Amino acid sequence: MAKKVGTEVSFAAAEAIKLANADVIAAYPITPQTHIVEKLSEYVADGDLDAEYICVESEHSAMSACCGSSATGARTFTATAGQGLELMHEVLTIPASSRLPMVAAICNRALSGPLSVWGDHSDMMGVRDTGWVQIVAENGQEVHDLLISAFKIAEHKDVMFPVMVHMDGFHLTHVIESIIIMDQEEVDKFLPPFNYDHKLDPDSPVSVGTYGPPHIYPEIKKAQEVALTNSKETIKKIWKEWGDMFGRHYNPVETYKSDDAETILVTMGSFSETATLAIDKMRAEGKKVGLIRLRLWRPFPFAELRDAAKSADNMVVLDRAISYGGPAGPLCSEIRSAFYQMKKRPQVVSFIGGLGGRDIAPEEFEEMITKGVEIAKNGSENEYEMLGVRE
Amino acid sequence: MFSWKEIPIGAIVTAPGSAKEYRTGDWRSQRPEWDLAKCIKCGLCYIYCPDASIGWKQDDGYPWWDEYHCKGCGICANECWTKAIHMVEETE
Ligand code: SF4
Ligand code: SF4
Repeated sequence: MAKKVGTEVSFAAAEAIKLANADVIAAYPITPQTHIVEKLSEYVADGDLDAEYICVESEHSAMSACCGSSATGARTFTATAGQGLELMHEVLTIPASSRLPMVAAICNRALSGPLSVWGDHSDMMGVRDTGWVQIVAENGQEVHDLLISAFKIAEHKDVMFPVMVHMDGFHLTHVIESIIIMDQEEVDKFLPPFNYDHKLDPDSPVSVGTYGPPHIYPEIKKAQEVALTNSKETIKKIWKEWGDMFGRHYNPVETYKSDDAETILVTMGSFSETATLAIDKMRAEGKKVGLIRLRLWRPFPFAELRDAAKSADNMVVLDRAISYGGPAGPLCSEIRSAFYQMKKRPQVVSFIGGLGGRDIAPEEFEEMITKGVEIAKNGSENEYEMLGVRE
Repeated sequence: MFSWKEIPIGAIVTAPGSAKEYRTGDWRSQRPEWDLAKCIKCGLCYIYCPDASIGWKQDDGYPWWDEYHCKGCGICANECWTKAIHMVEETE
């Protein structure tokens, strides 16, 4: 039986990888991901998890080892954060184009400099276009559930992509929450063994990651892009299956009191939970506000987003990353372009906040919504507003 | 030529040795020519060719040239100490 325990979210993440019965873990420790991989190395050392734990010398090597491991048909996991993800970047595009399934837990951390170990989404945005499926968790339970289901998504024959599960550094990784830890039998029922048709096998040789001259490169890219876009339907199906089996439901776009909302706040990650407090308060005051949380960052859920926001006149988007010298925050830019072609489209206002681990209190979400509505009505000379920065 | 719909998943190549079918010789702007009267069958051109485009003829032991894969780099001509090889413009 699944049981509810009080545990650090990182341990619930490690537990998910153990339950998923990963075969190979290649990782380099970096704050705030450390507790996940420490716990996993303990499981392997104690014989609780029958896996190969590769102690690599860098994140670049970690991702390289993961590519090789996945290509042999082994269930593969890694975890990293911030600069670690940046160092991994060169190799990240390879499993996406070679369609090598694996799961990576990304414990979102602000990019240097100044050196920061605390959380924001600058690392997530830096790897936006690497071709991975990218899923964002909001709390410990989601981290646990989404990691297990990520293997099923990655390895599904209609997906076959590497999957990142993002969780906010510290705000999630280092907090203790009450989490239902899945039961091994239940996980085994949900998650079939990894069966990779084209695995490296001396008896039936294949070449993975070959050279793609100009006469074939664009065709390969189109095939990759169409496959990633189409994977959304399978992701939804797998989450539905999880919901049907275990009663916890996940969707590409999660909504909160947004059905009839005139103004919708959009968030991603753990801050969404704080934002609901502001929504509740404003709703009690009779204001028609609601919340949309983006769970699936890639492939981007255009249809689901448009549908969830159909009542909205205004959208106020929180980004925890800056596109330096560019337009609004990266999440806001994408939301804007998702609506640009629509005949009826909301005004979309950009706020950037929560950088480098700075908290956003419920009152600040309230201020953001109020100010956002004002900007939507009267315009502003700024491309975006920065939240809570001392003048 | 493949349409994008026919690309095997992950652009995996399932036929071993298929690189042989890709004629890198098409890139060539110069080609080596042998004056076998000067050749002493020492094998240096064979050793130095970075594209494994020189081999040995079984019957007479002289170098054999793979015109489909030679990229025309000129290394063989540079290394041959008897000057049995010289590069000429590729016209084909
Ligand atoms: S020109 Fe270069 S590639 Fe061609 S045979 Fe000589 S060494 Fe080999
Ligand atoms: S290097 Fe010159 S002499 Fe030696 S085998 Fe080649 S062509 Fe003949």
